[in-house]
Amino acid sequence: MGRSLIYVFIAGLILGLSGCEFKPVKKYGEDDDQATQQADRDSRYGVDEGGPLDIKALDDPDSPVSVRVLYFPLDGVTISNEDRDVIAAHARLLSGNPEVSVILEGHADERGTREYNLALGERRANAVQQLLVLQGVAQSQIQVISFGEERPVALGHDEEAWRLNRRVEILYSGY
Amino acid sequence: MLKQLFAIIAVSLALVGPSRAVLTIEITQGVSGALPIAIVPFEWLGNGVAPEQVHTIVAADLQRSGYFQPLPEQDLVARPHRANEVNYTNWRALNVDHLVVGRIQALPDDNYQVQFQLLDVHKRTQLAGYSIRSGKSDLRRTAHQISDIIYKAITGQPGAFDTRIAYITVTQNQKKQKSYRLAVADSDGHNEQVVYESKHPLMSPSWAPDGKRLVYVSFTRGRPEVYIQNIVTRKFERIVAFKGINSAPVFSPDGSKLALTLSKDGNPEIYILDMATKDLTRVTRNFAIDTEPAWMPDGKAIIFTSDRGGSPQLYRIGVNAQGSTGRAKRLTFEGDYNARGAVSPDGRYLAMVHREEGRYRIAVQDLKAGHFRVLTDSRLDESPSFSPNGSMIIYATEDNYRGILAAVSVDGRSQQRLSLRTGDVREPAWSSFISRQR
Repeated sequence: MGRSLIYVFIAGLILGLSGCEFKPVKKYGEDDDQATQQADRDSRYGVDEGGPLDIKALDDPDSPVSVRVLYFPLDGVTISNEDRDVIAAHARLLSGNPEVSVILEGHADERGTREYNLALGERRANAVQQLLVLQGVAQSQIQVISFGEERPVALGHDEEAWRLNRRVEILYSGY
Repeated sequence: MLKQLFAIIAVSLALVGPSRAVLTIEITQGVSGALPIAIVPFEWLGNGVAPEQVHTIVAADLQRSGYFQPLPEQDLVARPHRANEVNYTNWRALNVDHLVVGRIQALPDDNYQVQFQLLDVHKRTQLAGYSIRSGKSDLRRTAHQISDIIYKAITGQPGAFDTRIAYITVTQNQKKQKSYRLAVADSDGHNEQVVYESKHPLMSPSWAPDGKRLVYVSFTRGRPEVYIQNIVTRKFERIVAFKGINSAPVFSPDGSKLALTLSKDGNPEIYILDMATKDLTRVTRNFAIDTEPAWMPDGKAIIFTSDRGGSPQLYRIGVNAQGSTGRAKRLTFEGDYNARGAVSPDGRYLAMVHREEGRYRIAVQDLKAGHFRVLTDSRLDESPSFSPNGSMIIYATEDNYRGILAAVSVDGRSQQRLSLRTGDVREPAWSSFISRQR
């Protein structure tokens, strides 16, 4: 345990010193469109302020915190029971590491009006935020940003693309 | 193989040009009963060939309006350039109601003198005759002004040809990097000029009443913030950047205020920003999403989208310097999704995005009589915007998975499409009547 902490500390130090920019993690099974979006995203955020992170859990595909994209129904903000477990796992990680912060990025599919969708993306991210805060995460650890329908991950114009685009991404800073 | 691919890319780049996107217009639904009019090629009094085919621009304008059906050029029985050269009997035989003749004189100072006459074939009289001095690069604009004069003389309503549209284009390079551009073009899609370019999303452009400034939302700092930019001087200002979303900005009809949506107090609400004092007044107070404000022409009420009733619908609320006057009143009841209202310049019609069986279409509600009418037949329509004379609505839609612009007359009879040769075009905003410096 002690050894892995040192490990994490060094990793954090390197990330901090190198002025690492914000880099969300690719989820399993997602296509390259998202990687493209993320390459763009790299240049948008400032220097990382996060401290050491439990990188192992975030990297472990069997850990619930490896899931960092949550999907939503049409027009809706309902969070599934499965996703509630995922959010609970993130809440445990965040409340146990108060120096770690996340951005909750809310998104909508392309249907309907853009400004309403911007608000809908925020509402989705707020729903996730609320659950995190209820489970002990400090408000100061969370930042909510909505992109509405402006940053789709799936570029198609069908039900499957729309399903993938109605989402909240949990982005760990410094990771 | 790779070499071949590069060659193909190089050729297509050469054909398309580096960054200049061109809008082309296609009339998809004409109008039966449109007025037949003949526009004779203008006489060119100068060296070489005329720099612009003024008569072609005028004919295209009039046809696009849906009210006119210009005679094909090859069917012209004669080519007069002055009223006293016209043999009315010939034109009556062609069933033409009106005839336009004119000439362009090149002046020693590199300007042009454009003269034209609009003639009533049946009454054998002149309805309008003008002489317009035009700068070297202004002939297209002069042609649009001629179209406006003809339109007004015959229909009694002002034309909206000498106006501009603003819109957003999105293109993607070979590395799949996106480029967002805010562009301005003449109402016929020509003369496109990019006024802002970013690799970050860009949305909600809207004109100031002076036709010289645009307000829009840019994500350039990682979140939606509101900017105002002078399209001539390029001077810009970040006007609102609170925590949360800063979106949907629209100038009041007198240009003194901005209505917009802010979520700084927890969830999206409508606010009014006084442009002179920068005072912010909150208009709505509701746990639901309130967004997409649109001013009534008198500036005394705002129409907005709210899902306070469970689904997005349009509401109207009175506004004054203190905020709201009275409660919001629900306006739309057809279906479970009516959003992004746009009000006609005379305040009579409310255009909106209306969902019907999973398809998003442009609909119009008569605010006085209450009639509701779906104008379009596609599946992903959005962002309706009225022409300043109230006769047309321009909106964004898709064709073959590409974003294009389309326009429809308020009565639904005439339709046309404007598409880019590459990429997506979206969020059109039609300017008010403008007085550009010549």
